[in-house]
Amino acid sequence: MSILEIRGLTVEFPGRKNTFVAARDVTLSIDPGKILGVVGESGAGKSTVGNAVIGLLENPGRIGAGEIYVHGERIDNLPQKKMRELRGKRIGMIFQDPLTSLDPLQTVEFQLVETMLQHLPLSKSEAQQRAIELLDQVGIPNPAERVKQYPHQFSGGMRQRVVIALALCAEPEVVIADEPTTALDVSIQAQILELMKKLCTEKNVAMLVITHDMGVIAEITDHVAVMYRGNLVEYGESHQILGAPTHEYTKSLIAAVPRPDVKVHRFPQVDYIEGSAKPFKQIDISTHWLGQSRDYKPVDGALLSVKNIDMKFLTKNAWIPKNRQYFSALKQVSFDIQPGETFGLVGESGSGKSTVARVITGLYHPSGGTVHFAGQELTSLSDRKQVLAMRRQMQMIFQDPYSSLNSRMRVRDIVAEPIKFHKLASTNTECFRIVDDLLDHVGLGSAAGKKYPHEFSGGQRQRISIARALATRPRFLLCDEPTSALDVSIQAQILNLLKDLQDELGLTMLFISHDLAVIRQMCNRTGVMRFGELLEVQETEALFETPQHAYTKELLSLMPSMDILSRDNLEEEVA
Amino acid sequence: MTEQTTMPEQDVAKGRIARILDSDIFHSFIRSKVTVIAAIVTAVLMISAFLAPWIAPHDPFDLAQISILDARVPPVGMAYHDPRFLLGTDDQGRDMLSGILYGMRISLAVGFLSVAFAAVLGIFLGLLSGYVGGRTDAIIMRIAEIQLTFPAILIALLIDGVANGIFGNLDRERWAVWILTFSIGLSFWVQYARTVRGSTMVEKNKEYVQAARVIGIPSFIIMFRHVLPNVMGPVLVIATINLALAIITEATLSFLGVGVPATQPSLGTLIRIGNDFLFSGEWWIAIFPGLTLAILVLAVNLLGDWMRDALNPKLR
Repeated sequence: MSILEIRGLTVEFPGRKNTFVAARDVTLSIDPGKILGVVGESGAGKSTVGNAVIGLLENPGRIGAGEIYVHGERIDNLPQKKMRELRGKRIGMIFQDPLTSLDPLQTVEFQLVETMLQHLPLSKSEAQQRAIELLDQVGIPNPAERVKQYPHQFSGGMRQRVVIALALCAEPEVVIADEPTTALDVSIQAQILELMKKLCTEKNVAMLVITHDMGVIAEITDHVAVMYRGNLVEYGESHQILGAPTHEYTKSLIAAVPRPDVKVHRFPQVDYIEGSAKPFKQIDISTHWLGQSRDYKPVDGALLSVKNIDMKFLTKNAWIPKNRQYFSALKQVSFDIQPGETFGLVGESGSGKSTVARVITGLYHPSGGTVHFAGQELTSLSDRKQVLAMRRQMQMIFQDPYSSLNSRMRVRDIVAEPIKFHKLASTNTECFRIVDDLLDHVGLGSAAGKKYPHEFSGGQRQRISIARALATRPRFLLCDEPTSALDVSIQAQILNLLKDLQDELGLTMLFISHDLAVIRQMCNRTGVMRFGELLEVQETEALFETPQHAYTKELLSLMPSMDILSRDNLEEEVA
Repeated sequence: MTEQTTMPEQDVAKGRIARILDSDIFHSFIRSKVTVIAAIVTAVLMISAFLAPWIAPHDPFDLAQISILDARVPPVGMAYHDPRFLLGTDDQGRDMLSGILYGMRISLAVGFLSVAFAAVLGIFLGLLSGYVGGRTDAIIMRIAEIQLTFPAILIALLIDGVANGIFGNLDRERWAVWILTFSIGLSFWVQYARTVRGSTMVEKNKEYVQAARVIGIPSFIIMFRHVLPNVMGPVLVIATINLALAIITEATLSFLGVGVPATQPSLGTLIRIGNDFLFSGEWWIAIFPGLTLAILVLAVNLLGDWMRDALNPKLR
C-alpha cells in the first residue's frame, strides 16, 4: 500500500489579472522504501507539488482541486494546527540550500532535540542520545562532539547531512527533498545521494525527490514523474521512462542532457520547447560584418599563453606588510590555448577557474606570472590604445544572465555599446543595422532590440550576452559557466549556438564549467583545477578515458551514471 | 523559465501611458487611498503655490496695497472681520492667504533646490566613493561621518552666519534664498552619499559592470552610464522624504530669524511673526501658515513612505 498518495492535485495562484495554475491534475503515489523523482524544468510546478503536500504553499497559492493522503488519511484539508503537528512528525523536508536551512544561532543538538521533543514522547536526555545516533547514521564522524557545534562549523556537504538527520529525526513516513544536491559540488552530491537512498530503504520511508537533474533521477529514483508547465506528462518506473520515453517532451528533455559518455556533434533540435526551433543560419563570413576587417595578425603557436600565474587576495590588512594575510586563489597556473580550439577548465567551487578568466581579461591583476595573447604580454601593458586593441579581441560571456545585462538599458543599446566604443561602425544607422543583424544571428530576431532585458527569459538573455560579446568581432571568447544557470533544454540550445558560432567564425574559446559532461561536449582539451592549482591538462577524450591525476579519476567516478538514459535522436560525433 | 522568442505583440504596440496605467506600481498607488489623497493634496498645494501671483487676492510685496490700518484683522467668521481678507491679516496688514501662497512658493523653492543640490553632491560623492573605493572612499566617508556628528540645523546656522559675515546685511537679503538652499543642501548630502555608496558597491560587482570593463569602457563612463541608473531607486525615495525635511528645516531657520528676510516671507517667517501675537489672541497669524506647513509636509512624507514600500521588492 502506498504511503503518500496525491490525487488530481491542482494548485492555483490567483493573481491580479488572472489565475495562474502551477500544477494541474497531478496524480502520484509512493510506496514505503521507494523514491519517486519529480523532474522538470523551472516553472514546471515540481516544487509546487512538494510544497502543497507539506502545506507550505507560498501566498497566495491554494489547492484548487484534488486530495492528498498520507497512509490513507486525508491531509490537504487539515487546519493549520493539525498540519503543524503533521509536519516534521509524519512528513520530513530536505531543502535545497544547506547554508540557509539551519538556524545559525543554535547548536545542531538544540535543533535536533527541539524537533524530537515536539513530536516524540522522549525525555530530553533520550532525545540527546538519539541526536548523536542520528548524526552517526547520516555519516558524520565524531557525532558526540560535533552535535554540540554550530552549523557554521560544518562544511556544505556535512550541513546537508545534518538537514537530512533533521528531516528524519521524528521518524516521518514521508520525506520530501526539494533539489537536495543542487547547491553541492559533484563529489559531495554523490555521497548525499547514496546516503539518501540508503536511509530511505533502511527506515522504510517514502521519499519524494524534486530535481531538475536527470543524473540525480537516474542515480536514485525508483519511479519518476516528468512535469511540464504544471502538467504531469509522463509517470512510471524510472528505467522505463528514462530508457524508452514515450512522451515527446520527455524524449526531448532526455536528448538535451549532456552525457559524460557520448560526445554529440550537436544536441538535437528540440521543437517541443516553444520558440526554440530557429535553425542557425550560416552566414557568408567573407562578406558579413562579423568577418570584415579581421585585421588580427595571425599567430604562430599558441594564441593565449598563461605562465605561472599567481593570484593572491588580501584577507587581512595590516600596516606592516609582514602581518598581512593572503588567500592564494591561483598557484602557478600555466597553460596554452591554440588558435581555433576550445580549451576547458573544470573544477569544483572555489577551485579558481573563474579567477583565471578574470586574470586573462584584465579584471584582476595577477600577483605574479605572465599572460601572452597573440604574442603580446598583457599584464605589463600600460598604453591605453594597446590595451583597448587587446580588449577588443577577447570577450567574455558570464554565468548569470540576470545580472550580466544592465537592466536600465535597451537591448540594442547594450549590444551597440561595444561597437560604438571601439568605433567599429561609422554611423549610428550602420551601428544599429549591425546590432539588429547580430541579434538575428544569435536567434532572437531583430525586434528584440527595442525591449529591455527583463522582458526576456534566461536563455534569451544569454543570447543577448553572446551578441554583445560578438559585437567587438573578437577572436577569443571566454565562457564562464555560460549555461549553469539555465535549464537543460536551453543549455543544449546555447551550447549548440556556441559550437555553430565557433565553426563559423573560427573563434578560440576558453570554456569554464563545473560540469564534466558539458566539458566533454564542448572542449578539445581540458584542464582540471582544484584549490587554485591546475592538476592536469589533456585532450578531452583522453582525459575521460585515461585520467592521470587521482582527483580527476575521483571526479569522473562520482559523476551520476546516465547509462540508462535513452539514446534516441543523438548524433554521436565520430572522432 | 521557458524560452519564448515570440513576445506578445500588443505589449510592444501599447503606448507608454497605457503601460504605466497597467503597471504594478500604479496599481499599488491606486489601491492605497491615503497615498492618492496625499498626492492630490501635494499637487493642489504645489500648483497653487506656483500660481500664487495670479490667484492670490493681494500682493504682499506691493507696499501700495498694504495698509497698516488693516493690521491684525481676524479671519472671516469672527467678529470685526473684513471680507477682503479670508484668513485675516498679519501685524502689517498683509493678507494671510496671499502671504501663505507666496510663502509656500519660497518654502517649496528652497526645499526643491536644496534637495537637488544635496542629491547631486551626494550622488556624485557616493558613486565615487563606492566605485573607486580604497583611500578615496575612506576620505569621503570620514568627512561624511564628521558632518553627521553635527545636527543639520547647526550646520545651516553656521553657514548662514558665515555668509552673513561675508555679504553684510544688505546683500544678504538678496542672497538669502540661495544661502539657505546651500546650507540646507550641504547638511543633507551625507544621506545620499551613503545610500548611493552602498548600492554602488553592490552593483559594481555585478556581471554587467564586469562586462563593460571587459569591453574596455573607462571607469568614469561605467559609473555614470551603467551604475548610476541602477542606484537611482533608493535616491528617489530619500529625495521625497528629504523634501519634507528640507521644508521643515527652512521653516525652522526662518522661525529662528536666520532664514529668508521678512520682506519675502516664507511659511517659517509667517509663523515667527505670528508667534509674537499668539498669546494676545491673534492666533490666526501663526496657526494658518503652521497648518499649511504641517499638511504639506505630511502629504509629501506619506508619498515618500508609499514610494519606499512600492519600490522595495522585498516588501511586496
